[in-house]
Amino acid sequence: MKKTALLFALSLAVAMVFSGCADTSGPTVKVGVIAELTGDIPAVGASCRNAAELAAREINDAGGLDLGGKKYKIKLFIEDNAGKAEQSVSAAQKLITQNDVVAIVGPNASRYAVPASEIAESSKVVLITPWSTTPKTTLDARTGASKKYIFRACFTDPFQGRVVARFALENLKAKKAAVLYDVASEYNKGIAEIFKSAFEEKGGKVVAFETYTTNDKDFSAQLTKIKKAGPEVVFLPNYYSEVPLQVQQAHRLGIKVPFIGSDSWGSEELVKLAGKDVEGYYFSTHYAADAATPAATKFIQAYKAKYNTTPDDVAALTYDAFGLLIQAVKSAGKTDRQAVRDALAKIPGYEGVTGNMQFKEGSGDPIKSAVILKIKDGKFAWFANANP
Amino acid sequence: MNYLLQQLLNALQLGSIYALIALGYTMVYGILTMINFAHGDLFMIGAFLCFLAGVTLGLPFVPTLLLSMAGAAMLGAVIERLAYKPLRNAPRVSPIITALGVGLFLENFTLALNPYPKHIAPLLPTHIWTVGGVSVSSLQAIIIVLSIFLMVLLDLYVNRTMTGMAMRAISWDRANAALMGLPVDGIISATFAIGAGLGGAAGVMYGLAYPVIDPYMGIMVGWKAFISAVVGGIGSIHGAMLGGFLLGAVEVLVAAYFPSTFRDFVSFSLLLVLLVGRPYGILGKPRPQKV
Repeated sequence: MKKTALLFALSLAVAMVFSGCADTSGPTVKVGVIAELTGDIPAVGASCRNAAELAAREINDAGGLDLGGKKYKIKLFIEDNAGKAEQSVSAAQKLITQNDVVAIVGPNASRYAVPASEIAESSKVVLITPWSTTPKTTLDARTGASKKYIFRACFTDPFQGRVVARFALENLKAKKAAVLYDVASEYNKGIAEIFKSAFEEKGGKVVAFETYTTNDKDFSAQLTKIKKAGPEVVFLPNYYSEVPLQVQQAHRLGIKVPFIGSDSWGSEELVKLAGKDVEGYYFSTHYAADAATPAATKFIQAYKAKYNTTPDDVAALTYDAFGLLIQAVKSAGKTDRQAVRDALAKIPGYEGVTGNMQFKEGSGDPIKSAVILKIKDGKFAWFANANP
Repeated sequence: MNYLLQQLLNALQLGSIYALIALGYTMVYGILTMINFAHGDLFMIGAFLCFLAGVTLGLPFVPTLLLSMAGAAMLGAVIERLAYKPLRNAPRVSPIITALGVGLFLENFTLALNPYPKHIAPLLPTHIWTVGGVSVSSLQAIIIVLSIFLMVLLDLYVNRTMTGMAMRAISWDRANAALMGLPVDGIISATFAIGAGLGGAAGVMYGLAYPVIDPYMGIMVGWKAFISAVVGGIGSIHGAMLGGFLLGAVEVLVAAYFPSTFRDFVSFSLLLVLLVGRPYGILGKPRPQKV
């Protein structure tokens, strides 16, 4: 008797695992989200998750998506990649094979988005990364052609690197620049190299080009070298968790020139971690919350009401990634993976929170503009726009 | 010349932290011939205790330092009792695996509490003195002086006190030391506590010098301190200090005079070559085989 009861309980448990938390309240559009909820950049993951939940709730509260007369609810499957490439891959596999999602949003950092994109591409499932700016995410490493199923909601590093280089030369009037970047990270390395070539092409000179590896905390040797080279500006295309250490150590060594950064600075955690040390510095990013369009203002208010904080660029881009995806599902009229992909590639133009975008012919990279933000009184303030 | 002096100062700061952590590895190895791979994570716990005491509770520097050292020391002793003591007569690989497990536990426990990196606000006013083009911050001076002070204190303790003598006796021959009536378990606990306490102190100083801390910060620093201990001669206290300063100096100077991409590659190649020539480390001696 006991044995049968145990067996029954066990089979029940197994059935529950395989059915997932089945929602039987009607047809759904299943969307996977891969976010960096733990690991070295948890603020990025949290923004991504918050914006995804907000986007899904807005549609569900309005009754759902109307596809062929039926109302479809959005159902999210959120996976934590723990800030690891291999966990991004297994999360993508799980979402595609086990949860049977229509499309995946995320991961955000390029070093996780690139491996996850390989899985999505080979499984023919749409993956839209909100924040990965490296060209490799949407390009096939072997053929150099665009991947068919990978899209992004942000601009790319070649564009951003040129924007920052131009800003340093024209606005800061710097002729000599130094760069310190993480050589082990796809994103940092790519943008540092583009900055260098763009800066030198336009007549500047990169006097120090220094590297470190992920998780390093001591940059004193490299910064001492930078100080000796005498730059007029220092470019740090590094994550918000590392930049505070770098500027603080630089200040302690007596480096007084301005520091500039890229969109990896764009979390409010940067100011929390660095305090006054980053005051007055500039970085390029995707949107400015204080110079928003009416559509963006609506999103910012909803986000603030829900999470009690101003959405950062990751949140805005995740929201836009959902906007793109939902528009694609609508125009496809069904939740078929291939149909959604074809509809997404054909979107003529999308007005998102982070600006207008449209995909280049046969590519998952949108054409859109960047903004330069200045850190003023511990807040990010709009400083300039930069168009492609 | 100024440039070299500045880099040497950088090296001294990094090296003194490596040396403090290396002492923990070397003491545990000396007494148990076991490598406590959780030691780097005890260092991380020290930094988080510094955050709790100094930032959350708002204590000044000295109580923060003492609390963090005491907390790490207690944790070190508890870990020894729970995780290593039951394995004292097990095959030698078992406690090493347990140590790796304890390290992962500490990392993920801290991570589960809160995954966000923490910022340690300065607990001390920072002055920067510029002497002939070389910048010295007061923090840098405190780190170097305090580390050297702790190392001298440890050296005196091990060589001049009864407990220190007992530690040396146990490291020489544990079975006979027990027969002579030494409280072996107590002394082993004390060794762990002292090693962990020094690791905690290193965590505080590291947290002040590099004020963004996260649960994984102990891994790389722990490995580097472990390498310092081996290069200096594991089991030897002077060796651990020498090894720590040596690794700090090699790392900083390689980055100073080569492209910084080569830093870890060149510095660890140098250390490998050194170990091929002196497999017991600079100050290490081969242990006599007991028959």
